[in-house]
Amino acid sequence: MNSIAEKFIRKETLPFIFCPGCGHGIVVNSFIRAIDELGVQKNEMACVGGIGCSSWAPVYLDFDCLHCLHGRAIPHAEGLKAVNPDKQIVVFSGDGDCLGIGGNHLIHAAKRNIDLTVLMMSNYIYGMTGGQKAPTTPYQATTKTSPLGNEEHPFDVQSVVVGSGATFYARCCATHPIQMKEAIKAGLRHKGFSFIEILSPCPTTAGRNIFNFKSPQETMDWYRSQVYLLGKDAKPDPAETRIPLGILHVDESRDELTDVQRQKKEAAQK
Amino acid sequence: MKITIDSVYCKGCLLCVGVCKKGVLALGAERSKGGYLMPYAKEPDNCIACKLCEITCPDVCIEVTKD
Repeated sequence: MNSIAEKFIRKETLPFIFCPGCGHGIVVNSFIRAIDELGVQKNEMACVGGIGCSSWAPVYLDFDCLHCLHGRAIPHAEGLKAVNPDKQIVVFSGDGDCLGIGGNHLIHAAKRNIDLTVLMMSNYIYGMTGGQKAPTTPYQATTKTSPLGNEEHPFDVQSVVVGSGATFYARCCATHPIQMKEAIKAGLRHKGFSFIEILSPCPTTAGRNIFNFKSPQETMDWYRSQVYLLGKDAKPDPAETRIPLGILHVDESRDELTDVQRQKKEAAQK
Repeated sequence: MKITIDSVYCKGCLLCVGVCKKGVLALGAERSKGGYLMPYAKEPDNCIACKLCEITCPDVCIEVTKD
């Protein structure tokens, strides 16, 4: 096993339950490198996961871990942050968990601007339960519950999250793990609600149902053809049909919720 | 360069083979503990230690060390 992974991964939980070539493993790999470079201590961070393939990620990490109900990862993390304001809280969530079942929780956490880092791994499908249509499934994609093609358009995640008041939004893809590591580092350093959307290829369920791909490499090549890296401080080109990757929104003007609460508490005790 | 691939946790997805621009890794004949055919370092002299295979491996089982 890798020497950095040995520092941050619980060996007794291995191997990962992820299928061969799953993007979620790349997210875990980039995440441990980001926290290794930031020098985060094990008692300074807690990881929260809901239900789904992606929500298994905190189970493998050697930090305090809270594995909770489907879609309720963000409210549990908010509670954890409210009683431990000095702790860094990271939420690992899938697209169905975060946008589908927990959609309202996401909107309200973004509105409150509470200091969480949410890593949403979007693989376009409900992978663990066999390939049902998810809120991010592309228009006209074939899944188990939309055999004639998806009639609905997917969520525009950036507009939903930024419109709700999130102060940090970045988009990454598993095909560009070094950019993902840098975005996770920036998200962890940001004080306020940081949302990182990660396009994570699912070679098993999405690969078979949506794309008809035969191998993980084919899925990765397709994702690589759909995305491009945005330079620092560059604006996405509206004429470009590919998906931009990078830190797309940062707002430092809004106050963080637990800071405001602490100030009010101190003022009331005087 | 010395490239070690963990034969216990490798699932043979071969993303490391695809990501290497120098053609260092290739599909081998050895099987991992899970029964998957594993990659091996075919041309270790070409390796420039960019460590892209290390960070891409979804099962965190590749280690590149300079010797």
